[in-house]
Amino acid sequence: MEILLAIVVGLLYAAGVYLLLRRSIVKLILGIMFFSHATNLLIFVVGGLHKGQPQYTANGIAAVANPTDPLPQALILTAIVIGFGITAFFLALMYRFYQTTGTEDLDDMTEGENL
Amino acid sequence: MILPALPILIPLITLIFLLIGFKKQQSQPWIGLSGALLQLTLAIIIGIQVNNHGIMVLHTGNWQAPVGITLVIDGFSAIMLVLSGIIGVSISLYSIDAVDRKRQSYFYFPMVHGLLMGVNGAFITGDIFNLYVWFEVMLTASFVLITLGGEKKQLNGAIKYVTLNLVASLFFLAGIGLLYGKMGTLNMADLALKLSMDEQNILLNTSAVLFFVAFSIKAAVFPFFFWLPASYHTPPVAITALFAGLLTKVGVYSMIRFYTLFFVQDKFFWHPLFLWIGGFTMVVGVLTAASQFDIRKILSFHIISQIGYMIMGLGIFTVAGIAGAIFFMAHNIIAKTNTFLVAGLINRVTGSYHLKAIGGLYKSRPWLAILFIIPTFGLAGIPPLSGFFGKLILITAGFNAGEYVISFIALAVGLFTLFSMVKIWNEAFWKPKPVDGKVFDGGKDKLPVSMVIPVAFLGLLTLTMGFAVKPILDFAMVAAAQLIDPSAYISAVLGTGHLNP
Repeated sequence: MEILLAIVVGLLYAAGVYLLLRRSIVKLILGIMFFSHATNLLIFVVGGLHKGQPQYTANGIAAVANPTDPLPQALILTAIVIGFGITAFFLALMYRFYQTTGTEDLDDMTEGENL
Repeated sequence: MILPALPILIPLITLIFLLIGFKKQQSQPWIGLSGALLQLTLAIIIGIQVNNHGIMVLHTGNWQAPVGITLVIDGFSAIMLVLSGIIGVSISLYSIDAVDRKRQSYFYFPMVHGLLMGVNGAFITGDIFNLYVWFEVMLTASFVLITLGGEKKQLNGAIKYVTLNLVASLFFLAGIGLLYGKMGTLNMADLALKLSMDEQNILLNTSAVLFFVAFSIKAAVFPFFFWLPASYHTPPVAITALFAGLLTKVGVYSMIRFYTLFFVQDKFFWHPLFLWIGGFTMVVGVLTAASQFDIRKILSFHIISQIGYMIMGLGIFTVAGIAGAIFFMAHNIIAKTNTFLVAGLINRVTGSYHLKAIGGLYKSRPWLAILFIIPTFGLAGIPPLSGFFGKLILITAGFNAGEYVISFIALAVGLFTLFSMVKIWNEAFWKPKPVDGKVFDGGKDKLPVSMVIPVAFLGLLTLTMGFAVKPILDFAMVAAAQLIDPSAYISAVLGTGHLNP
C-alpha cells in the first residue's frame, strides 16, 4: 500500500510541475493544487499505513502493538485547511487579473512600467 | 508566565481592535500605531529579560516539550523581535499619509498587523510545523497587501510572488513530513537532541535539501530570487518597505536556525555550499542592480545582494561569523526599510521613481538629501554607519576562518553597492532637473510629518548602531554562541536531564 501511494505521490508531483510550467493561470492554480495534495499524501504515507488498527490507549497501555501514528493526519488536516484558503485566494486573484488585463495567458503579461 | 506568547497575542489583539473599530476610518491608523508601539515596548522588555535571565520557554497549554508546541525566545529571536517591533512602528506611522485612503479602507492596517503576527510567530516558535503555520499566516497577509488596490502591474507581480512562495511553502511542508517520518518529532530542541545521537543522519539530507530550497526561495537567495525583483516594486512603497525589511529575513532567520540547531552533522557539504551561494547571491544581486533605473528596482536587487552577506556569515560558521550575520541582519533590516521609505519621499516630491525623470533634489530639498544619505551610505558600508561595522565583522570573521575568496568577494561587492548608491545620488540629487516638464512636480509642498519622522527615526538608529557597536555586538555574540552550541537551547526546552543520556 505504501508503495502504491508513493507512486501516486510521485505522479501528482510530476503533474503539478508540468501544470505549473504552463502559460495559463488556470493550469497554474491546478498545478499548485496538485502540488499541495501530493505533499499532503506524502505526509500521510510517512505516518505508516496499517489496516484496521486504530490507536487507542486505555490506562497508558496501547490497544494494538503497531499502531498508525495519528499525528501526520492532524498535520494534514491543518495543511488542507491552509491550502483551501490559499486556493480560494488564488482563484479570486486570477479572476481579478482576468478582469483587469482581459487575458489569462502569463506570457501576455506586460510589465506596465511607466515613468 | 505568558510573556513569551505576547509578541503573537499583541498583534492579534490589535488586529481585533482594528476590525471592531472599522466603521471609524480615522481611528484606524492610531489603533495600529499604538498596537505597534506596544509591541516594540514588549520586545524590548523581552530582550532585557533574555539578556538577564537566559532563554525563555513557554509550553503552550502546559503540554511538556516534545509533545506540545513550545515557544522559545533565545538571544537571536529576541533581537529579531525588537527589529520587527521597530519596523512595525515605522511602517504604521509612515502609512498614515503614504497609503491612500482607498487602500486603508480595504483592511490595510489589519493586514499589516496580521503580517507582524506571522513574522513574530516565526521568530519565537520552537516547533517546525508551527513554523510552517506562521509562514502561512505571514504569506497570506502579504498576498493581500501586495494585491491591495488591484492595479495592473500589482496583479502581474502578485501572480509571480504568490506562485513562488506557495511552491516554497509546499517544499517546506514536504521536508517536515519526511523529517517527521524519520525522527518522529517536530520539536526543534528534541530534533537537535535526537539528531546529535543519530548515527545515520546523512539520510536526513533529503529533508535538509527541501528545507534549504524552501528557505532559499523565501530569502531570495541566488538561484531562487527571481520573484523578488518582479514583484517588490509594484505595491505602494510603504508595503514594499515592510516586505523588504522583514519577509526575506524570516527566510534567513529560519535557515540560520535550522542549520545551526539540527542540520549540523554534514558540515563538509553544507558550509561550502552556503559560502558559494552567499557569494553568488552578493555578486548577481549587485551587478543586476547596476543596470536598473527605477529606484525601487535598484533597491530590490540590493535586498538580494545583502542577503548574500548573511548567508556568508552562516557559511563561515564560527561564533564571530554568526554574530556578524546577526549584526548585519539588524543593520540591514533598519537601513533597507529606510531606503525604501526615502524612495517614497522622493516620489512624493517629484512624482516618479525613475532616475531619468527626476533630478535637482539636492538644491531644492537639502534635508531630503541628508535623510537619503544616511541609510544608503550605511548600506554601502561607509564608516561610521552601521553597515561598515556589519561588513567589518563578517569579513574579519571570514579571514580568521581562512575563507579568503568569499571575504574578497564581500569587499568587492561593497564597492559595487557604493556604485549603485552613488548612481541614485548623482541622478536624483546632483543632476539638474530634467526640463521636459512631463513629470509632476511636488514643488514647494511640505512633506507630511508622519512620513518624515519614521525616516529620521530609522536614520538615527543607523547612526546609533554605528556609534554603539560594542553593546549590540556583545549581545549578538551571546546569541551566536547560543546558536553554535545548542546545549543551552535544548536544556532550556527539554529540561537538563536529557543532555547526558
